[in-house]
Amino acid sequence: MLRYVLKRLLVAIPTLFVIITISFFLMHIAPGGPFNMEKGIPPEIKANIERVFHLDEPVLSQYLRYLNNLIHGDLGPSYVILNFSVAELFAKSLPVSLWIGSLAMLFSLVAGCAMGVVAALRHNGLIDYIVVTLATAGSTIPTFVTAPLIQLVFGLTFHWIWIGGWHEGALAALIGPVITLALPQLATVARLMRGAMIEALHTNHIRTAKAMGLSDYSIVIRHAMRGALLPIASYAGPAAAGLLTGSIIVESIFQIPGIGRSFIDGALNRDYTMVMGTVIIIAVFTIVFNLVSDILYAVIDPRVRYD
Amino acid sequence: MIENAGRSLWLDAWIRLKANRAAIVSAVWLAFIGLICLIGPSFTNHEFTTQYSSYVRVPPSFDAYPKADKLDQEIKEIVARAHLTLKEWKEKDGRFFVTVTAPKPIDDRVTRYLDRSDSFKDGKVETKSADGMEMTMSAAVQKLYFYFGTDTSGRDLLTRTLMAGRVSLMVGLLAGFVAVFIGVIYGATSGFIGGKTDEIMMRIVDILYALPFTFFVIMLVVFFGRNFMLMFIAIGAVLWLDMSRIVRGQTLSLKRQEFVQAAEALGVSNMGILFRHIIPNMLGPIIIYVTLLVPQVIILESFLSYLGLGVQEPSSSWGVQISQGSRNMEGAAWLLIIPSFFLTSTLFALNFIGDGLRDALDPKDR
Repeated sequence: MLRYVLKRLLVAIPTLFVIITISFFLMHIAPGGPFNMEKGIPPEIKANIERVFHLDEPVLSQYLRYLNNLIHGDLGPSYVILNFSVAELFAKSLPVSLWIGSLAMLFSLVAGCAMGVVAALRHNGLIDYIVVTLATAGSTIPTFVTAPLIQLVFGLTFHWIWIGGWHEGALAALIGPVITLALPQLATVARLMRGAMIEALHTNHIRTAKAMGLSDYSIVIRHAMRGALLPIASYAGPAAAGLLTGSIIVESIFQIPGIGRSFIDGALNRDYTMVMGTVIIIAVFTIVFNLVSDILYAVIDPRVRYD
Repeated sequence: MIENAGRSLWLDAWIRLKANRAAIVSAVWLAFIGLICLIGPSFTNHEFTTQYSSYVRVPPSFDAYPKADKLDQEIKEIVARAHLTLKEWKEKDGRFFVTVTAPKPIDDRVTRYLDRSDSFKDGKVETKSADGMEMTMSAAVQKLYFYFGTDTSGRDLLTRTLMAGRVSLMVGLLAGFVAVFIGVIYGATSGFIGGKTDEIMMRIVDILYALPFTFFVIMLVVFFGRNFMLMFIAIGAVLWLDMSRIVRGQTLSLKRQEFVQAAEALGVSNMGILFRHIIPNMLGPIIIYVTLLVPQVIILESFLSYLGLGVQEPSSSWGVQISQGSRNMEGAAWLLIIPSFFLTSTLFALNFIGDGLRDALDPKDR
């Protein structure tokens, strides 16, 4: 197992390298630069600024410089939010995204699994029908529709939640973004869980367990659910990577100062280092969580072996 | 069952699809939405760019505007603007009569003040007193209907929603076809040639997969500028990856089949085999994928428009409308709810049709 993990991490390095390279050149080919936005700065001053940030050099040498700094763990200074390094900005925005993302992930896993199991136990019943309807709605309605509707209903009409801002993670500020982020994931988890549970409940070992007179609780929780968790494990990895690195839409609508916001601001203002940093973070999270999900797979199903 | 004429694959699929009520209802709904978006704007009696300054943010209503209390307020404002004094006003036979006085003789041209308002048209002088200091004007009351209300610039929301629907649906279809076109050609080529070429082409797809998707789209939009047509291509160019994988897999299995070998033995060219024998046999999965792709494209376009990177004013799409609506939802919830309903119901319909087609065309998969 350890060898497998090491091997996967080694393979990740060239992948990451290719992603960095493509992103870097794509961004530098795009017209405009971080200091082209401000009108009316004299060309000499602009030249000076660009010299400080090495933007006057050929793209290839900028690229090599960036790679060299990256190997030494330096993500560079932000070109737009002056006097801050990208790492310092991430130190502020990443925890926010991580916290909201993990709450949303936790909520969608727990609630989604529970809904899926209940629906499977009442297959073709009323509860099953309701869960399937909710799951369809959750995965069809896009986030930028649910988010303002949640703000409108729970924020402006009932005043239960705040409709924007971070407020140091106060509960009333958290509920909106967490629910919005969780809904599509919850829908998918519930649907996967329902399908897998229906299948699991029809297997031979469950029939045997019933014949042996085991309690319903033990049959469902210990025997059926274990097998049914497999598709969830493979889904949860990439989903978690997506949630933890922040959502552009949710963070803009609820005005959360997370990674998604810094990414879109960076891209619009040509803040090269900021965008590169975000791309790297998202890529690393994706790689790591795919790996975690594969390892979980082996933990749940001992027949899965990685050699 | 003796004279069973034998049903084609497509007839078979059609019979199965007809039995799927959700898919049929969705197809009817989608056709309805498509139709009203296409022809509706010509019947709403409003241009989608006309701004009614007297009717900013009026709520949806089946009654005609202006309403009686509004008329009173409106005429007071008009008279004040014309530096006159209001004596009385009444409404008779669909025409509006207003009597005004002034300390000095009134110019006939003050009727223009009436015409300038959105509520009146065809203003003219009815009677004038001998000294010219009292005058009665009349004007036709312009009945306006805003079934969906108006937006923050006083534009009819019904017309705008339908126009926006045109854009959203058109982006969905066009970009969907761009994606399918690239995906099918790329995937079929890769699978058909096989070997090293296949290996390299699929590694390229893997790498593009690993790029953060939103980053890629935003970069493309930045590249192409905010050009409407080019945006289709940008979106289509991103979404072809799944299609190319599906097509490649299908091609790999199809090219080993006897009928392809037979075509090869008969000396059909590679291109001929690809376009005459392999691609037509993949139409089922391709059609299924298109119906699932179109809602993805519509969401992506709306997402870009939401960020201000998509369709620009005065054009609109449902994404733009939802974005504007969410900024003005306090006190004007209809601005958010109406376009959201249109977008969401369309997405639902497309998904149900996609599911229905999958069940109908791919019976093994149930």
